[in-house]
Amino acid sequence: MDAASPDASASARAGIPAGAGLGPDRILAAYRLMVLSRTTDERCLALQRQGRIGFYAPLLGQEAAQVGCALALTAEDWVFPAYRELAVALARGVPLKSIIDQLIGNSADLTKGRQMPNHFGFREFRFVTASSPIGTQITQAVGAAMAAQRRREAVVTVPFFGDGATSSNDFHAGLNFAGVFRTPTIFFCQNNQWAISLPRDKQTRSKTLAEKAEAYGFPGVVVDGTDLNAVYRAVVQARARAVQGDGPTLIEAQVYRLGPHSTSDDPKRYRTDAEVAEWKARDPLARLRADLAVAGQLDDAADQKVWEEARAEVAAAIEAGERSPPMPPESIFEDVFATLTPRLEAEREEFRALGRGTEGGP
Amino acid sequence: MTELTLVQAVNRGLAEAMRADPNVVLLGEDIGLNGGVFRATEGLYKEFGEQRVIDTPLSETGIVGTAIGMALNGLTPIAEIQFMDFIYPAFDQIVSELAKFRYRSGGQFPCHVVIRTPYGGGIKGGLYHSQSTEAYFCHTAGLKVVVPSTPADAKGLLLTAVHDEDPVVFLEPKRIYRAVTGEVPDGDHRVPFGKARLVREGTDVSLFAYGAMVPPTVEAAEALAKDGIQAEVVDPRTLVPLDEAAILASVEKTGRAVVVHEAARFCGFGAEIAALLAEKAFYSLKSPIARVTGYDTPFPYALENLYLPNADTIAHAARAAVQAA
Amino acid sequence: MNGAPALVPLPYSPDQVAARLGSDWQPTLRSAHRWMILARTLDARMQALQRQGRVGFYGAATGQEAVNVAAGLASRPEDWVYPGLREQLVALVRGHPLVTYAHHLFADNLDPGRGRNMPCHPTAQEVRYVSMSSVIGTQIDHAVGTAFALRHRHEPGAVLAFFGDGATSSNDFHAALNFGAVWGAPVVFCCTNNQWAISVPVTHQTAAPSLAAKAAEYGLPGRQVDGTDFVAVFAEVRAALEQARSGGGPTLLEFVLYRMTAHSSSDDPTRYQPKDWAARAVAHDPVARLEEWLGRNRLLDADQRAAVAAECESAVRDAVEAAEATIPPVPASLTEDVYASGSTGWTD
Repeated sequence: MDAASPDASASARAGIPAGAGLGPDRILAAYRLMVLSRTTDERCLALQRQGRIGFYAPLLGQEAAQVGCALALTAEDWVFPAYRELAVALARGVPLKSIIDQLIGNSADLTKGRQMPNHFGFREFRFVTASSPIGTQITQAVGAAMAAQRRREAVVTVPFFGDGATSSNDFHAGLNFAGVFRTPTIFFCQNNQWAISLPRDKQTRSKTLAEKAEAYGFPGVVVDGTDLNAVYRAVVQARARAVQGDGPTLIEAQVYRLGPHSTSDDPKRYRTDAEVAEWKARDPLARLRADLAVAGQLDDAADQKVWEEARAEVAAAIEAGERSPPMPPESIFEDVFATLTPRLEAEREEFRALGRGTEGGP
Repeated sequence: MTELTLVQAVNRGLAEAMRADPNVVLLGEDIGLNGGVFRATEGLYKEFGEQRVIDTPLSETGIVGTAIGMALNGLTPIAEIQFMDFIYPAFDQIVSELAKFRYRSGGQFPCHVVIRTPYGGGIKGGLYHSQSTEAYFCHTAGLKVVVPSTPADAKGLLLTAVHDEDPVVFLEPKRIYRAVTGEVPDGDHRVPFGKARLVREGTDVSLFAYGAMVPPTVEAAEALAKDGIQAEVVDPRTLVPLDEAAILASVEKTGRAVVVHEAARFCGFGAEIAALLAEKAFYSLKSPIARVTGYDTPFPYALENLYLPNADTIAHAARAAVQAA
Repeated sequence: MNGAPALVPLPYSPDQVAARLGSDWQPTLRSAHRWMILARTLDARMQALQRQGRVGFYGAATGQEAVNVAAGLASRPEDWVYPGLREQLVALVRGHPLVTYAHHLFADNLDPGRGRNMPCHPTAQEVRYVSMSSVIGTQIDHAVGTAFALRHRHEPGAVLAFFGDGATSSNDFHAALNFGAVWGAPVVFCCTNNQWAISVPVTHQTAAPSLAAKAAEYGLPGRQVDGTDFVAVFAEVRAALEQARSGGGPTLLEFVLYRMTAHSSSDDPTRYQPKDWAARAVAHDPVARLEEWLGRNRLLDADQRAAVAAECESAVRDAVEAAEATIPPVPASLTEDVYASGSTGWTD
């Protein structure tokens, strides 16, 4: 992969001015978020093995791409995540506890335990509840951008998706609509090289995913997704373009999924240890830590403190999350419609009469 | 009151909803300058402009997917799918997304989109311009499914759909877009969801029909009356939510039930009404429930009149029900 | 400017045509001309019959004749054709009898599709012309699957997949070009860009610089071709089929042409087309362009032209008569072919 050069050339081709990176304070804050994300991943993979959560999809290796992108957005921008965007949520200010509550599916879970872990959503943070079908959020983000356009709001919408989603219906429709209607949308593709077991070169014959944007009449940019500042700059530029009314941008952040697709996946079946080792050498956390050390912003002791704080925060969130009671059983009838329909009310009565969800109930 | 056709009533409803609320937008194929292939959006492009009457590229998943995003961000989109037969590229967006957004987000992201689509046969549309597949959508929790059969109901139910909080699949019986005219109340006329319309009172047999099947069902009832059979005709108007009380009350009175729809019989909506009656009106029934429906074949072109129920086939089933007991 | 724009002449010398079409270029052009006149005759007759209520629907291909005839003549019997809405002529050129097509248009008892589909949706299995739906774009995936199967079974053919400009926005365009490219399947994607998806102009269909440019998204070659120039279309289709058959993978060909009629008998284009559209279309009339060239190069005189026209008139008249004399599909056919006859697992 040659990620450095396409970044600059594609930006130039797109007429995007080179922007400033994150300042020293924000870089350190970004590092803390990345460490918190990494720590959460590691703990949650363990929790899943212990049966304390049902499923988990780690973002190991994608931290710089997610945090770099999220920090370039404003609180008014809309995020349409897939199911791997935990670091995006953290970077938008979602409390870790709220995320853990969703992973556990307890009564504090804002999504009421309805979905598998990782499919969280936070209205307050304009972080839309994810689904499992691939790519569906892409057209939705374009629609949200059309609504923002209509109200002349200076916001962007950002669908997050992977390399596999570029083959989906909604990628095609979403990018086409965005091109035709020039919506303020940043299509943020984290190309982590694997769609479960299908490698990137079997997903499409195009050389990069970014170049697909040309078929829709707007620029596509490749960035090294392990480089926090490169991602941040690319998103800042795309955002500036979008709010000026110059239309959408497709950003391909080239990363690597260092972990399994999910806890249900065994990547040893389809990829080599050597390949993983090669990418581990480019771990975005290690890379940023080295940069911060060279800049004199983070010595070993300070770094250790960052990790310890993260571990403590994760432990506290899990402890609190596991203490929260489960969702009340009858909640399964809520939120199908705005109000409970007579039919659902009748079904709930039947549920109650049978004593379902109670101690000793059927 | 104004005398309108059904399609004009839809048009009137759309126009009034758009005038009342600048957040109401329309999107679909050929709905702008062309006014829609059935002219349901005639004149709206001129009045509201291309920012609110949006001609989209040819992608149903794009139409419904972007409508969802608009709804999440404060608009009230009314999407048009040109024919119900072309809704399937958007099936994923409707079933996996639209129907489930409220539930999956614990109520944080309710998603109010109205999807209008002309459905049904009788216009020589063959396999792909004739289908009536309401059952797919009725089967999906989270969607409301509405089928008007008169101009007044078309406008009134549409305005209720626009002001509802839930996603609505609004099925327009294209066969009677122009074949039916009627008085339509002016202004903000709303017909509530979940309230059936008693089309014709009777004591001997209950005929349940919706959409384009209502006119031939009424015709059948009139023919039956000449034979001394008093048939009651009930139009549920909204399939979800369903006015179970009206259906049960009618059968408790007549003791006989015939369900009419043009969709194929197997797992069609009539099965739901039959099940309802078997569960809750079993002891009122004097004769077996009958269904008069399309056949369990794809919808044909040359022989469409043989496929569709008509006044004769409906009356025949009703007579059989009355003669059985 | 006053008056209609002048006819755009085909820009070739006879030598250049010979170089592009091969040594039998003269019979090829004569045959092409005859097919185009037949197509135009059929379109005119069927549109009139539709207005009289004698057929239920008709989608004319007027303006697209060069593409249809060139594809028919440039393809081989072992090739497959997956049509969009307007490629019935490809089936006829490939050998489907006109009278059989007429039986389909009249949805009568001798229609191979048994009157189940709307007119202009023929089935011509004997010339590997596949039955279509009215749904936009779905056939493009099917074409890729057939191409995959041809290669898998070491069969020699390639597949022509037809669709319009609107279909480039469809789900299946995206899936099919991606799959076709990844598999290197022997398929030629033929986009007939008649510049209108019913009322939506191609400029509102996509922000891409051209439809051919969309090929790059999939790592495929894409070429824009003047779809009203028979010589150009023939040469491009033949070359792309050759490339596909020899393992060189798919090509996207965009044929730019002008829809010279309404979308279908249910459409009124005066509602949305600019006033000068018809005149621009006429200047690019593929039939007139070929006739003008043949006349200019003394390959067609007025008598020959009249003879071709008379022959086509009589062929269309005979076919229509035969169809109108045929009974409608027998009622019992309504319930046939839903499942295979003799399929098991049912209890009566």
